[in-house]
Amino acid sequence: MLKDSWKEKTFKFVGIVKFFTRFAMLRIYKGLLFSLSLIALSFTQVYARHHAHKGGHGIEDHGDEVTNLGVHHEPGEFDAGKFVIEHVSDAYDWHILTWKNKHVSIPLPIILYSSHPELHGGKKFFVFMSSKFHHGHSDYKGFRISHTEENDGKIVELENGHEIGRPFDISITKTIAGIFFSVIIIFWIFLSVARSAKKNKGKAPKGLQNLVEPIIIFVRDEVAKPAIGDKKFERFMPFLLSVFFFILINNLIGLIPIPPFGANVTGNIAVTMVLALFTFAITTLSGNKHYWKEIYNPAGVPWWLKFPIPLMPIIELTGVLTKPFVLMVRLFANIIAGHLIVTVCVSLIFIFYSLMGIAGGWGISIVSVAFSVFILILDVLVSFIQAYVFTLLSALYFGMATSEHH
Amino acid sequence: MGFLEPNIGTIFWMSIIFFVVLYVLKKFAWKPILNALKERETSIENALNSAEEARKEVEGLKADNEKIIVQARKEKDIILKEAKEIKEKIIAEAKEKASAEAQKSIEKAREQIASEKAAAISEIKAQVADLSVMIAEKIIKTELEDKSKQKEMVKNTLDNLKLN
Repeated sequence: MLKDSWKEKTFKFVGIVKFFTRFAMLRIYKGLLFSLSLIALSFTQVYARHHAHKGGHGIEDHGDEVTNLGVHHEPGEFDAGKFVIEHVSDAYDWHILTWKNKHVSIPLPIILYSSHPELHGGKKFFVFMSSKFHHGHSDYKGFRISHTEENDGKIVELENGHEIGRPFDISITKTIAGIFFSVIIIFWIFLSVARSAKKNKGKAPKGLQNLVEPIIIFVRDEVAKPAIGDKKFERFMPFLLSVFFFILINNLIGLIPIPPFGANVTGNIAVTMVLALFTFAITTLSGNKHYWKEIYNPAGVPWWLKFPIPLMPIIELTGVLTKPFVLMVRLFANIIAGHLIVTVCVSLIFIFYSLMGIAGGWGISIVSVAFSVFILILDVLVSFIQAYVFTLLSALYFGMATSEHH
Repeated sequence: MGFLEPNIGTIFWMSIIFFVVLYVLKKFAWKPILNALKERETSIENALNSAEEARKEVEGLKADNEKIIVQARKEKDIILKEAKEIKEKIIAEAKEKASAEAQKSIEKAREQIASEKAAAISEIKAQVADLSVMIAEKIIKTELEDKSKQKEMVKNTLDNLKLN
């Protein structure tokens, strides 16, 4: 499914080939680490389940309450699987730390639109802070943060204590808050750079401008110009630069583990989906006659691949749709993999602590911390690479959509 | 695995935010930054071009200078050569003139000497003739003082004539 289309394969762009061979080893290495960490994750879940059974903290399967490992844990006991998944998942409040069974978190606004006003005192539209849910422990105005397998961690509507479905939920979640924060930083950086660019017209760049300008020139001269062509690249520069810096800054912010940093923005599939859809929309809207002709009636293909069964057009059209899909999945998977590996590394400390006691915990912590630092440094590199790849592929798609002849 | 499904709310907010980001950055950041970059690049290019031109000009001037120097040197050489020739010519002429003059004066002297000599000789001749006439007169006078002697002489002369 992730296979790139025929056209993209044949599209020989020396830059990418060079680039991917250079980082091929790195990617293989990271893939190995990722699969290892997933194995470790599944192991800890099995272990935790086993442990929970042995501990005899009654897992009583009531009709409406499906077994959920996290819920049935004894307070204070560490569940690595839950810890890792919670870290990369979105949430209604921004968790900072848990201290002696007390959760310290930043409450975030919840915005709901319900199509069943009779369940919530006749109102349809709700705005309140997430602290009303007390970290998911209590219901509020007929809403609840679900713990069922189907809607785990999401807000559902209640009818007589039963969950009947989800309202239209446009809450400012942790990811959205992270996006807002990163957008503030992006605006601050680029508006001040623009101001100094206006002030220093024709002069040497200064300060922040000095940091940002080489990257802008890189995107212009190494990404946009070769991929789109000298004549048309200027039209796409604002989008390419915005997408590059949005991804880059969010990737880097995501690596800093202290709020208001550290929200998993580019590792959220909805975010990467919107970015990919923007690329898709721009590609489709700027596609010229030649581009559409190549899709519906590709030149140089035998007629029997096109006439009774339109095989090539189907393949080409699939390619048009897989391109943004690949963009979405690539960015999402790369970023979330980095986060998962680091959190698994950290949770190894607690797993070893519960297996071997305090000595085991301390012993493994040296390895874990060293490994996490290594992965984080690798992720800094990956942040740049993924921003570059997303921008480059977007530029290539724009180039394909606007090219006149081969 | 809840994080694999895109959340509607996230899509909603992300679309709005990214659209706003795109619009604001395009209008207030990328436009001035890219314009400034372009402007600076063209101004740097112009500066480099004009520097290149200036360099070429200087090089041209240098070449000109060298040419002028070479020409001046040539001219100097020519002038020196000419001067030398003239000098030699003058000396040769002078020498020729001098020798001609000398020859002339020598000739003149010679002529004069010759004429003087001739004059002297003719004078000497005249004087010799005078003297000899005078001497002869005196001798004759003395010889022919007495009549005997005159007779003797005539007789002698006549004797001689007889012989003839």
